[in-house]
Amino acid sequence: MTGPERVGAVEGQEPLPFPDSPGGLPPVPGAPVLELRGVTVRYGSVPALDRVSLRMHPGTVTCLLGENGAGKSTVVQVVSGVRRHDEGELLVDGRPVRFRRPRQARSRGIATIWQDLAVIPLMTVWRNFWLGDEPTRGIWPFRRIDVDVARDGAARALARVGLPGLNVNQPAASLAPGQRHSLAVARALHFGAKVLVVDEPAAPLTVAQHALVLRTVVGARDAGLAVLFVTSTPAYAHLVGDRFVLLAGGRVAADLTREDVDVDGLTRLVSGGEALATLTAELRRRPDPLVT
Amino acid sequence: MLTRPSTPALIGVVVALVVFGAQAPQLLGTGGLASLLDATALIGIGAVAVTLLLVAGQFDVSIGVLAVASSVVAALLISEAGWGVWPALAVSLLAALAVGAVNGALVVFTGLPSFLVTLATFLVLQGGTLVVAQSVAGTSLVDQVEGGTGWASAEVVFGSGLLVGDGRFRVSIVWWLLAVGLTSWLLRRTRFGNAVYALGGSRRAARELGVPTAWTTVALYLVTATAAWLLGTLALVRQSGVPVTPEFGNEIEYIVVAVIGGCLLGGGYGSAVGAAAGALLYGTVRTGIGVAGWDPRSFQVVLGVLLVVALLANGVARRRLVAVPRS
Repeated sequence: MTGPERVGAVEGQEPLPFPDSPGGLPPVPGAPVLELRGVTVRYGSVPALDRVSLRMHPGTVTCLLGENGAGKSTVVQVVSGVRRHDEGELLVDGRPVRFRRPRQARSRGIATIWQDLAVIPLMTVWRNFWLGDEPTRGIWPFRRIDVDVARDGAARALARVGLPGLNVNQPAASLAPGQRHSLAVARALHFGAKVLVVDEPAAPLTVAQHALVLRTVVGARDAGLAVLFVTSTPAYAHLVGDRFVLLAGGRVAADLTREDVDVDGLTRLVSGGEALATLTAELRRRPDPLVT
Repeated sequence: MLTRPSTPALIGVVVALVVFGAQAPQLLGTGGLASLLDATALIGIGAVAVTLLLVAGQFDVSIGVLAVASSVVAALLISEAGWGVWPALAVSLLAALAVGAVNGALVVFTGLPSFLVTLATFLVLQGGTLVVAQSVAGTSLVDQVEGGTGWASAEVVFGSGLLVGDGRFRVSIVWWLLAVGLTSWLLRRTRFGNAVYALGGSRRAARELGVPTAWTTVALYLVTATAAWLLGTLALVRQSGVPVTPEFGNEIEYIVVAVIGGCLLGGGYGSAVGAAAGALLYGTVRTGIGVAGWDPRSFQVVLGVLLVVALLANGVARRRLVAVPRS
């Protein structure tokens, strides 16, 4: 296996002239690489997403901001094919798609780095790398994982993200946190991504961990990918973002560019604007009794 | 090596062979080995199926009763309906698979703990089997199956043995080895095996990566149902009948042996070779106690002690594996 392998493609199908595009049709000129148009997702009768629209272009970073429960993870699930949307349209290169499983999203070039990194501690590095898309050989019922190809492929992909010589037979549990992150990145990029979704962990990160995530975002942007950076930290979003989409209660509450807003403005928006202003004023009026 | 799930059980086998071999040297003769392997094979087939489930983080407590129920189906078809042995066995396999599919579908669609779902199946099968056997055959011992056409060939496949010295090595040992080999290949070399480990390791990550979680779960229950059918058929052919006294017990022993074989109860870790080693330890201790002339009831005591030791050893292995080096 050489070059950008595309294992996600359906086996036995004729190669299409534009294998990345829906139906093999050429991209619509000037269309966003990924677009959500009025996407609604309901859990029962409660809408988790209410007519959300988003447009992503190559080489730009779109930051998706909002509090917990605002619907950020649902957007991630929809674009990565884990959850189907109930209404609205999802478009890749200007043409509507409907993902039924994550593999379809991956084969359309949408790669995701999940909050939990989707790394399984007790499985080996190479098994983690290929999970859900293992290279196989032989005919069913004797079809089996091509272990040599899988090990080599994983080792080479990890070398490309800065982990040369990593023992791919060790359990992922024995990787350092940074190496685990690199494993998730290598896996996401391996399947030929043109959109990278980075879902930042909700748990508090150290500055070093933030740096790791931000480097991934910037690296993907510089490589010409459209990046969707999902975060709850406006300060870090403003460092790398070109566009800021604020979700609240499942709706787009604000859609701003870098020119529209500075860090403080963004922070105010994310933490609920006026509520924060009131709180700040109140804290300044009454000095902390424990200190005096 | 130390982090392999089978290592503690294999050490246990060696220790048990030395201890009981010293007390009763005939255990290591052909006769002793034949009965040792027989006990191993019967528990081992169930244990290897349970291991698959445990790796995926699932339980099945209905497997022992399903074995009896499926063999009752076959026995009734042969003795009461006059069917040939092979068609009857095919139908009993389908019936077992149907129960497995129901188990799997209930676990997938209700999201309930599989222990409870299969406990319900256990109760239904236990009562149902007794009721059906009583009302159809009028007895709780279904026999007179030797008359069915094809009995002779079925006896070769499921009931034959090979005499070596004073020991009769039964064909069930071959079935056990086949089950271990197949399960080991499935777990280590197929996408299905990866899905099983992923399911037990982190269901969330498995879903995010597009591992077919629902299908894999149902397939697992079909595999255990097949193992149950095999156990039932081996017993049916060996005893030329089924005493319909399904009792709670075997299921627990399968789980105990799987854990002794290195499975973590939380899922995500375990191996077919481990299950085989656990079964070998079980067979050695059980036969050893008999041959050495100990009180047979002391077997449960030993099994309990082994379980505790295994749980402790597994805990050490798990901590070693999950211990994350700091940045």
